[in-house]
Amino acid sequence: MSTVILLAVTGVGLGAIYFLVACGLSLIYGLMGVLNFAHGVFLSLGAFLGLEVAQLLGASTWTGFAVSLLVGALAGAVFAAATERILVQRLYNRHIEQVLVTVGLGLAAVALFDGIWGTDPRFPRGPSWLGETTGVAGASIPNVVFIAIVSAAAVLASIVLFLKHTRYGMIIRAGVENRSMVTALGIDVRTAFTLVFTIGGAAAGIGGVLASHHFGYVSPMLGQTLLIFAFIVTVIGGLGSLIGAAVASVLVALLQQFANFYLWGTGDFAVVVLLALVLLTRPSGLMGRKA
Amino acid sequence: MTAMNTRGTEQVVQDKVAAMRHAARPPEGGPGASGLRSRLPGLVVPVGLVVLLACLPLLDLSLPGVLPGATYTPGTLHLLALAMVMAGAALSYHLLFGVAGLLSFGHALYFGLGAYGLGIVMEGLGLGLVPAAVLVLVVGLVMATLLGAVSLQVTGIPFAMVTLAFAQAGFVLVRKNPGKLTGGEEGLRLPTDYVPDWLVGVADTRNLYWVALAALVLAFAVVTWVQRSRAGHVAEAVRENELRVQVLGMRPFLVKLAIFVAASVIASGMGMVHLLLNSGAVPHTLSAEFTISLLLMVVLGGVGSRWGAVAGAFVYVVLSQRLAVLAQSSAIDDLPAVLRIPLSEPMFILGTIFILVVMFLPGGLAALGLRVRALFSRRAAAPPEDRSGTPGALVQEDDQQR
Amino acid sequence: MTRAPVPDAVLTVRGLAAHVAGQQVVEHVDLEVAANGVTALLGRNGVGKTSTIKAVMGLIDRAGTIELDGQDIGTLPTHRVAQLGVGYVPEDREVFSALSVSENLRIAERRGHQHRYDLVYDLFPELRQRAGQAAGTLSGGQQQMVSLARALLNDNRVLLVDEPTKGLAPRLVHEVGRALARAAEVVPVLLVEQNLQVVRDLAHHAVVLTGGRSVHHGPAAEFLDDPDLTQRLLGVSTGSERAV
Ligand SMILES: Nc1ncnc2c1ncn2[C@@H]1O[C@H](COP(=O)(O)OP(=O)(O)OP(=O)(O)O)[C@@H](O)[C@H]1O
Ligand SMILES: [Mg+2]
Repeated sequence: MSTVILLAVTGVGLGAIYFLVACGLSLIYGLMGVLNFAHGVFLSLGAFLGLEVAQLLGASTWTGFAVSLLVGALAGAVFAAATERILVQRLYNRHIEQVLVTVGLGLAAVALFDGIWGTDPRFPRGPSWLGETTGVAGASIPNVVFIAIVSAAAVLASIVLFLKHTRYGMIIRAGVENRSMVTALGIDVRTAFTLVFTIGGAAAGIGGVLASHHFGYVSPMLGQTLLIFAFIVTVIGGLGSLIGAAVASVLVALLQQFANFYLWGTGDFAVVVLLALVLLTRPSGLMGRKA
Repeated sequence: MTAMNTRGTEQVVQDKVAAMRHAARPPEGGPGASGLRSRLPGLVVPVGLVVLLACLPLLDLSLPGVLPGATYTPGTLHLLALAMVMAGAALSYHLLFGVAGLLSFGHALYFGLGAYGLGIVMEGLGLGLVPAAVLVLVVGLVMATLLGAVSLQVTGIPFAMVTLAFAQAGFVLVRKNPGKLTGGEEGLRLPTDYVPDWLVGVADTRNLYWVALAALVLAFAVVTWVQRSRAGHVAEAVRENELRVQVLGMRPFLVKLAIFVAASVIASGMGMVHLLLNSGAVPHTLSAEFTISLLLMVVLGGVGSRWGAVAGAFVYVVLSQRLAVLAQSSAIDDLPAVLRIPLSEPMFILGTIFILVVMFLPGGLAALGLRVRALFSRRAAAPPEDRSGTPGALVQEDDQQR
Repeated sequence: MTRAPVPDAVLTVRGLAAHVAGQQVVEHVDLEVAANGVTALLGRNGVGKTSTIKAVMGLIDRAGTIELDGQDIGTLPTHRVAQLGVGYVPEDREVFSALSVSENLRIAERRGHQHRYDLVYDLFPELRQRAGQAAGTLSGGQQQMVSLARALLNDNRVLLVDEPTKGLAPRLVHEVGRALARAAEVVPVLLVEQNLQVVRDLAHHAVVLTGGRSVHHGPAAEFLDDPDLTQRLLGVSTGSERAV
């Protein structure tokens, strides 16, 4: 029983990290029709800069940890906003070229991080509590899992509040549904484009810092590796659906954890099989709009 | 062309397909020998190029700065052979992306299948090279049909993600080393017992080079044939407007699947040559980065152009080799960190070039080549030549680019 | 080609051509929208009426001259066209179904404009009662009211209204017609409409398209009263217009 609880809670924790990557991807795709291959490098940059700042301020202090989350979010946001303004926006409405540019950026940025931080993984340290475990119904859960879950929930809640209660949130929701009608009402959607990139980048940056503690390392490839799972999550959840991304993140991560444990380490396959099943039965994903 | 009610959609598609078929055909021998004349230069250049490439191992040519040594040296031959294998793979990717408009991020799966499959089948079943290769191609065909049928349930960006996921499953599989078949991270070594002696060892790089060249020529021929077949034309029509083709009663799904399978089988074939050439296979050949490198080559060369795909692959392979050498050089070591770090990362430079091409040189090297040619022909005040069939067969293809 | 001069037109289109998916859907359209009242844009199905309106909005690739109050708007992006005072009521309503009715109106509010909620709620009192309802759950007629209300909310120079009565029950057709008449008192309207009774009631001028070209300009009543012309250009003999 305690194994099941351990797997379930750590699964939700992993899902939390997937969600932090996937929410931005899904919003960006929903509004702009762009598959952002550079999303993983926003995460890696957040993780690396977070790690540097934490070391500067004292990695084992809570202040260091909190500031590293903040810096991670900021780094991801700035990098993402610059990407949108400098690269993506110039190729307005040319979706394939936009995807290609993000592919190129992903390659170049990973190589650059290799050059700056080296290809070997770096190991972040945090407050000692993070490395300890807490007993839940007999299962010892690593504390970092709780932090990941709480952070992802907070990010989800803030994005939902933003989308529901601000004018730009309203524009983004309307734009996901029908972008050209939004422009026909006199709204310059490009501002909203930059905004979703910024939000997505910030979430990915936070995800980067948390992932580095969750997996215990940072490497230039970390983001791009997680990105592939985030892609799967967004397709399963329904492209453009935030709630779909949240549900699918948890679903995918749980499936992965349980299959890894009970089905001889076949978690990654189970996920791909789930993807194939979802596509065959509901091509637009669990919560996607019918095309 | 009007699309008004006066003229049915069906008519429009039929005209379109007919026009494309016409464009792809060399001009029918008009009055006199003009047909032959315009066809000849079209054959002279590629045949000459192949003959030249075939003779390279026997010649002592040097291209300092581009090739690592004289053309008969094993190092140079290996590099060129690698470029030819990648060019064949890039051609298969061109079929997917350039012809059918399918943006796949999982094409590496079939390349890797060829490389790993051949090694595993030879070792495991004790088959000789040729029967093993045939078996692997059949496996590739079946797998591409099954996975293609699932992936093609969706189009566009979702298709890209799904193919990526399938390839990723393969990537994870070979790294896990199931049944000690794939060698895990280390990769798989070529079981040399089952390979003819003349294809093994450094001294025989020449033979491998010729095998790679033959494979590339074959790949080019097959891709050309597929592109000019009915499926190829319909696929191009589908890429432009799926709805119209559907109206005509053609099944875009089947056409796309056929192209997908053809491209996958060609990739498997090139993967097998890659196994021989490198005396082994590594997980990297199934990775997303590998597919992305194929995409890079195709875009660099010019989407929709066969010659562009080949040129893009050569530029990519040679450039990444040269940049890696440059990264080790002392000239770079002495630079300040702001310059040293980016310049010592070949992928950073390639990625940046790629971004610049996408943003500022749509049509890639092929378009650049055309512009240069146009400049020359204008200077020579030549009458506008009939361009079909020449190395710039890319002309007519480029005209059809989206 | 008959041509009646339109005094002080608010919107002038000359030699408009437009493409969709690499296909020419508008070939050569000239039209003027009079500074007052309703100008009708007529033609059979598929002649390019919707495409003409979309081209004016900049929603599809276009070439030719488009002038709003003498200012060239033919190369502006869609949001600039709208900001300059072109209101758009699309053929299929295109309300944001996930947004509530009041959000659909709020998103249409343009900065620096008076928002005419009084007029909107006066014309469509239902919208006030259903403010919190998701627009996707409204009936077709109610969605049309939202779509019209979005355009009426701002102080526009001209409205482009595409088949507002499409698929509506007769009572609703009447109600939409009444709303359009009220709207036309404050802003000139270019109206695409298949229901010729509505056209007869509202429009002063008519422009008729065939095959992506404008082929007839003139007073609406005069055109509708010419059975040969309507038969030839619309495929309808006048008198049976209610059946369309
Ligand atoms: N996305 C598209 N792809 C291909 N053809 C299109 C597309 N959109 C419109 N067309 C074609 O353009 C032509 C004009 O269409 P448009 O919608 O402007 O006609 P319309 O006059 O508004 O017709 P209706 O009265 O039925 O609304 C039609 O032949 C239509 O098939
Ligand atoms: Mg219409």
